[in-house]
Amino acid sequence: MDVIPKWADAVLVPLISLILAAVLSALVILAIGEDPVAAAKLMVEGAVGSTYGWGYTLYYATNFIFTGLAVSVAFHARMFNIGGEGQAMLGGLGVALVCLYIPFPHWALALPVAIIGAAAFAAIWAAIPAYLQAKRGSHIVITTIMFNFIAAALLNYLLVGMLKPSGAMDPATAKFAATTHLPTFQDLFSWGEKPVFRGAPANVSFFVSLLACVAVWFLIWRTRLGFEIRAYGESESAAKYAGISPTKIIMISMIISGALAGCMAINNVMGEAERLVLGSVEGAGFIGIAVALMGRSHPLGVLLAAILFGFLYQGGAELALWTNIPRELIIVIQALVIMFTGALDNMIRMPLEKIFLMMRKEGAA
Amino acid sequence: MTIMTKLMSAATGLALTATAAVADPAIIFDLGGKFDKSFNEAAFNGASRWAEETGGTFKEIELQSDAQREQALRRFAESGANPIVMAGFAFGSALSEVAPDYPDTKFAIIDMVVDQPNVRSVVFNEHEGSYLAGIMAANASETGTVSFIGGMDIPLIRRFACGYAQGAKAANADITVISNMTGTTGAAWNDPVKGSELTKAQISQGSDVVYAAAGGTGLGVLQTAADEGILSIGVDSNQNYLHPGKVLTSMLKRVDNAVYKAMLDGTDMETGFNVMDLSNRGVGVALDENNEGLVTYAMLSETYAAADKIISGDIKVHDYMSDESCPALDF
Repeated sequence: MDVIPKWADAVLVPLISLILAAVLSALVILAIGEDPVAAAKLMVEGAVGSTYGWGYTLYYATNFIFTGLAVSVAFHARMFNIGGEGQAMLGGLGVALVCLYIPFPHWALALPVAIIGAAAFAAIWAAIPAYLQAKRGSHIVITTIMFNFIAAALLNYLLVGMLKPSGAMDPATAKFAATTHLPTFQDLFSWGEKPVFRGAPANVSFFVSLLACVAVWFLIWRTRLGFEIRAYGESESAAKYAGISPTKIIMISMIISGALAGCMAINNVMGEAERLVLGSVEGAGFIGIAVALMGRSHPLGVLLAAILFGFLYQGGAELALWTNIPRELIIVIQALVIMFTGALDNMIRMPLEKIFLMMRKEGAA
Repeated sequence: MTIMTKLMSAATGLALTATAAVADPAIIFDLGGKFDKSFNEAAFNGASRWAEETGGTFKEIELQSDAQREQALRRFAESGANPIVMAGFAFGSALSEVAPDYPDTKFAIIDMVVDQPNVRSVVFNEHEGSYLAGIMAANASETGTVSFIGGMDIPLIRRFACGYAQGAKAANADITVISNMTGTTGAAWNDPVKGSELTKAQISQGSDVVYAAAGGTGLGVLQTAADEGILSIGVDSNQNYLHPGKVLTSMLKRVDNAVYKAMLDGTDMETGFNVMDLSNRGVGVALDENNEGLVTYAMLSETYAAADKIISGDIKVHDYMSDESCPALDF
C-alpha cells in the first residue's frame, strides 16, 4: 500500500532534507565570505568532539526530547499541539514552586516530586485548550498558541511580582536549595584526575527523557489507550463507531502531551539554571514540533532528531564563539534545517515517491 | 564537590598560564543582540572605540540562550581572554559561579553587583540622570502633564521612571506624571509601533513631554513625538540628533565608557564596586547643538543646581530598586 518503503520514509527522506539544508547553509556561509568547511568542522568538533561538547548537545537534546514527545503524542490523535512552549513554562513554574517551598533532604527525592509538579502544572495548562476543542470546537492550534502568550504573561507577572526575591533585579526566582540540585554528567561520570563533561549542563534528566521515550513507545503501541489514540487519529468517525469517545481521547492525549512538555522543566529549570528565569524555555516548545515531524512521531525518531537539534544548537554556539559569523546567520542555518525537515517534507517525498514507483514498475515489467 | 572545585581551579590555573601571552579582552552581549540601538550597542561602541584607539582586537559573542551565559564565560576564560566584560544584569548568577573558578581572570559586569575578588561591578545611578531629565521636562511642559514610556516592566526601568517623576515633581509640585510600560516580555524592547501608540495615548491625556527608556521601542516614541509636535527625551546614548529641535534632551547612561574603561585597564583592571553617577559623569543629560534652542537658561540653571545638590548629597533621589516602591509615582 505504501508508495515508498518504510526504510526510505524513515531514513532517506530526512537524510536528503538534511543534505539539502547543509548545502544551502554552506552557500549562506560562503556568501558572507567565511569558509563553510571550517565552519562545519568547528560545529562538529564543538558539539560532539569532546565530552564537554556532548554535555551541551545532550542538554539541549533533553529539552527537545520532551517537547518532541509532547508534540508526537498529541499528533497521534491528530491534535496539533503548538502550545509546548507555554506548557513547558508552566512546568517550570511547577518545578520552581516544588523546589522553593518543599525542603527536600536529597535530590533523589526532589526529582520525582518535581516531575509531578512540572507535569501537573503543564497538564492543566494543556487541558484547557483540550476541553475547548472537545466540548466547544475551538481549534486546538489557535487556542494552544494563544495559551503560549497567556503563559508568558502569567510567568512574567509572577516573576516580576511575588516570586522574585526582594531587591533582585532579574525577573527570576531565588536559587533553589542545594539539596535539590540535580547531579550533572560531570558529577556522575568523573573519576580520577581528569573531570569529563566539565562545566556542561547535561544532567540526570537526560535519563528521565530516555525513560519517557520508552514510556511513550509503550503507551502508543502497546496499550489499549494508545490504540484508541491512534485509531481516533486515523479516523474520527471510525473511532466513534468503534465506541471510542472523542472527548476522552482529546483530553487524555493533550494532558499527556502537556505533561511531557512540562517535564522539560526538570532539565532546564532544575538541572541547569537551578532557579526559574523569565523565558527559560527559549523556543524549545517550537523546536519540539520540528523534532516530532522529523522523527515521524516515533520515540526513537524523536530521540535522534532531538540529538541532531542539540548538535545544531551547541555547534551554533561554538560558531558564535570562535568565528565572525553573526548570530542571525546561525539562526538562518538552524532554520534551514527546521524548514527542510519539518515544513518541506513533501518536497522531498513526492519526487522520491515517483522514483520508487518507476522502479517498481520496471521491476514488475 | 569541593575536591572537584579544587581540581577545576587547578586545571584552569594551568590553562591560564599556558595562554596568558595572548590576553585579548572579550565581551559578551545579552540576548537582545549587539545592534539593538540601545544598551548592547552602547557596549559594542565602547569596545569598538577601544579597538580603534589601541589597535587591539577583542573576542565577542551574542548569546542565543540562557544556558550559554555560563558556557560563554567559561569558554572565554579558558581561552585566556582577559578581562571579560559582560553587558547586562542577567549575567549576575552565572558570573558568581564562574568567577571563583578562574581567579586569575578579571571580569567586569554592567548593571549588576557580583561580590567576587576578581569582578568589577559597574552600576549606573539611572535615577539621578532621570531626575535631571524630569526637571527639564517639567520646565518645558506647558500643559502641566509629562509622561514616561518604559520598555519591559522590570525594576530597572521603574527606577528610571521613578527618578523622572521625582525630578518633575521637584520642579513643579502640581505636575501630572503619566507612566506606561510597553510590555512584560523581552519583545517590549523592540516594539516601536507600540511605543508610537502609547505616545499618542499619552498625548491625548495631555502630555507634552515624553521620556522613553525603552531600547528600540523608544525610536517609535521619539518619532511620534516629533510628528505630533511635542517634545521627547531619549535614553542611554545621545539621541538628540534623531529629530533635531524635537528632542528636549537625552538621559545619558555611559555604558560605552564603562566597557571602554574596563578594556583599557586590561588585565590590571581594578576590581570591586563601581558606581557610575552624576559625579563621575556616568549618567547625565545631553546638551548639544540639536537641542540648544529648546533648553532655556532658567531650565539649565535649575538642572545644574539640582545636579550639584545630588552630587553633594543635599538632594537624595529615591532609588526604586532599594525598596521596590516609588514616592512620586504609582505603577
